[in-house]
Amino acid sequence: MWLYVIKRIAQGIITVWFIATATFFAMHNVPGDPLLNDRAVTGSIRANLEAKYGLDQPLMTQYFIYLGNLTRGDFGISFTQENREVNDIIRQHFPVSAILGVLAVVFAAVGGVLWGALTALFRNRLPDYVIMFLVILGISVPSFVLAALSQLALVNINSIFGTTVLPVAGWGTVSHMLVPALVLGLGTMAYLTRLMRSSMLEVISSDYVRTAKSKGLPATRIFTRHQLRNAILPVITVLGPAIAAITTGGFVVELVFAIPGLGRFFVEAVQQLDYTVIMGTTVFYGAFLVFMVILVDLLYGFIDPRVRLH
Amino acid sequence: MSALTPADFQPLQTKRQTQGIARPSLSYWQDAWLRLKVNRRALCSLYIVIGLLLFTIAGPLVWRVDPGLQDLDQISQAPFTDRRAIVVEEYQPWDGRSLRTDVNGLHLAQPATTQAVRLKWDALPGASGHRVYRNLFPVGPELAFGVPLAEFYDNETLYFEDRLDLRPQRYYYSVVALEPDGRISDTFETLEVQLQRVTTLSEAVQRGLVGPDAELQIGDPVLLSAHPLGTDYLGRDMLARLMEGARVSLFIGIGAPLLFVLFGVAYGSIAGFMGGRVDSVMMRFADFVVALPFLLFMILFKIAFGIGPGESGVFPMLVALVILMWPATARLVRGQILQIREQGYIAASRLLGAGTGYLVLRHMIPNTMGVVLVTLTFAIPSAIFTEAFLSFIGMGVAPPTPSWGSMSNEGIKTMLTHPHELILPALFISITVLAFNLLGDGLRDALDARMRNQE
Repeated sequence: MWLYVIKRIAQGIITVWFIATATFFAMHNVPGDPLLNDRAVTGSIRANLEAKYGLDQPLMTQYFIYLGNLTRGDFGISFTQENREVNDIIRQHFPVSAILGVLAVVFAAVGGVLWGALTALFRNRLPDYVIMFLVILGISVPSFVLAALSQLALVNINSIFGTTVLPVAGWGTVSHMLVPALVLGLGTMAYLTRLMRSSMLEVISSDYVRTAKSKGLPATRIFTRHQLRNAILPVITVLGPAIAAITTGGFVVELVFAIPGLGRFFVEAVQQLDYTVIMGTTVFYGAFLVFMVILVDLLYGFIDPRVRLH
Repeated sequence: MSALTPADFQPLQTKRQTQGIARPSLSYWQDAWLRLKVNRRALCSLYIVIGLLLFTIAGPLVWRVDPGLQDLDQISQAPFTDRRAIVVEEYQPWDGRSLRTDVNGLHLAQPATTQAVRLKWDALPGASGHRVYRNLFPVGPELAFGVPLAEFYDNETLYFEDRLDLRPQRYYYSVVALEPDGRISDTFETLEVQLQRVTTLSEAVQRGLVGPDAELQIGDPVLLSAHPLGTDYLGRDMLARLMEGARVSLFIGIGAPLLFVLFGVAYGSIAGFMGGRVDSVMMRFADFVVALPFLLFMILFKIAFGIGPGESGVFPMLVALVILMWPATARLVRGQILQIREQGYIAASRLLGAGTGYLVLRHMIPNTMGVVLVTLTFAIPSAIFTEAFLSFIGMGVAPPTPSWGSMSNEGIKTMLTHPHELILPALFISITVLAFNLLGDGLRDALDARMRNQE
C-alpha cells in the first residue's frame, strides 16, 4: 500500500519534470526578445538584466538553473510587473481560482450523481426526458455562452426585484461565487449525469439489488446502501480528470465574470508575453493537476475495497 | 410390439439442404449501417452534419457576399429586417419653417427619415431656453432623456434638425425647458418618432443598388443589399461570415481529429504489436503528454510556433491540437491490438504464412476501425469546442478571419442591444457539437456491441 503511494508520487514528480521541461523549451522557442519592450534597454542595463534573468548563459545552463529554482519552489520574477515574484502572483490569485474550482466540482459531482440517479430511477418517464434534454443542452452549449446568458438573466432578475439579488460580476462574497461556479461546473455535471445514469442502470438490474428487494428491504434503504454506493464508483474515477478540466477551463468564466483568478492572470501574461509568469503558472497548474489525479486514485482505493492498490 | 419388416430398414431420403443461409450475408459495415439507420436520432444528426458541410463548402458558391465587406449604413441589423428604402431628394438646408401650422407643441415639421429629423416646438412655459435630447427608450419616471443634441439659450430658436447617425428605428425626442442659469427644469415635452429608411438617387447609384441609368422617381422604393441573417457591428453580412467561420471551425474541428487519430492509430498499433519494453516506454511517454494541462499548452504552443497574440493562427492551432490530443486514441488502439493479437483468427492467419505487415494491415487495423471511428466522432465536438473557446478568449483565430468562437466573442459585447450577433454563432457551435455527439452515440451503438450504452 505505502509502496504504491510512494511509487505514484515518484511518477507524479517525473510527470511534473516532463511538464516543466516541455514548458521551458516551448517558451524558449517563442520568437522575440523578452527584454525588448517599449523602453530602450541598451548597453550595461541590458547586460545587467540578462544576468539577473540568467539570459547570458548557454541554453542547457539556463535549463538547469531553471530546474534548480523550481526544486526550491522559486518561479522567478515577472518580466512586465517590476519586482513582483511569480510566487506572489500565484499566492495571491490561485486561492480565488481554487475556491471557484472546488465549488464548481462540488456542484458538478453532487448534481451529476443526483440527476443521474434520478434519471435512472425514472427511466423513460418524464423526469428522465426532461433531465436528459437539459444534459444534452449542457454538453453542447459552450461555457462562454452560458456565462453570458446567465449574466443577462442576472441583470433581468436584479432589475425585476429592484435590488442586487446576486451580483452580475466581481468577486468577494459567497453571492459572487454561486453563479460562476454553477456555470463552470455545468458541462462536467452534464457529463457526470450521463455516466451516473448508465452506471445506475447497470446496478439496478444487478443480482444483489434483486436479492435486497426479495429480502424485503425498503426501497430507500436499497437506494442508499446498495444502488447509490455501487453506482457512484465510476463517477469517482473520472473525478480526477474532471477537476483538471474544471480548473483549467476556469479562465473563460473568470474573464466573463471579472474574477481575479489565476486563469485570467495567465491570459493577461500571454498577451504581454510575460515569460516567467507563463512558465510558472503552467508548471504550477500542471503539478496541481497531476497530484489531484493521484489523490483521487488513492481515495478510490479507500472507497472501493475491491480495488487493491499495487 | 409389431415385428420389424425389411421395409423398416430402407435408407432415408437424404435431405439436400439441412442448413442454409436464411438471410443475406452482411459485412461488419453493412450490419452497422443497418443498425445506424434505425436510430432516428443518429440519422438526424448525420443529416445535420451533411447539411453543415454543404453550408460550408457549397454555401459561399450560392451566397456570393464578401464576408469582409463593411456596410456602414446597415450596422448591427437584426435578421429579416425590412430593407426597403424610399428615394428622396438630395438634402436641402432647412430654415426652420414648418409645413404644418395646425399642430402646437413638439411636432415633426416633415416626415422623419434617416436623412433628417426636423423638430419644431412652442416655447415651454417659463423657459428661458431649451435643450433637445434623443433616447432609444421612452422617458421614464427617472427622467432619462438620453443623448443631449442641442441647447438654445433664447426663446427665438424653436426648431432643431437632427442628422446625427440616424437609423431606421424608433427614437424618443425630448425638449426640456432651461432655467435662466442654464439648469434644466422639470418642464419637458417628448415625442416618439419612427424613422423611415431613405436614400437619395445619387447615393443608390453610388452604392450599386440600382444601375446608373435607372429611371427612379422621388418616392420609389429601392432595395438595399440583402442580409438575411442581419449584419454585425461593422455591417458585415452575418450569413457570409457564418459560412466563412464554419470553414475555420470545421477545418480545425475535423482536420485536427483526423490527423491525431491517424497518428494515434499508428502509435498505438506499433506499441501494441511490439509489446514488452518498447510498449511500456511508448505508453509512459503517452501518459506524460496526457498530463500536460491541455488549454494552457494549447496557448503555449500557439505562441511558441511564432504566432503572437492577436495574429490569426489556424495552422498552429491545428498542430497544437494534434500534439496534445493523440494519446487517448493511441491508448485505445493499443488496448484493441493487444486483444486482437491473441485472437484465433490471427493465429490461423499466421499459420497460413501471413507476414507481420499483412497481419497488421489486413487484420488488426481493420478490426480496430469501429472503435477508432467512434473516437473520431467524439473528438470532433471537443476540437470544435477548443477552437471556439480559444478564439473566444482571443487566443485562437484573430480578426478579420471569422470563426464561430471569435464571432461569439465580438457578439458578446453587443449582447444587450443586438442579441443576434451572439446567438447565431453560438447556435451554430451548439448544433454542430450536438450533432456530432449524437452521431457518436449512434455509431458507438451500431459499431460496437460491447461499448453499447444502456439508453
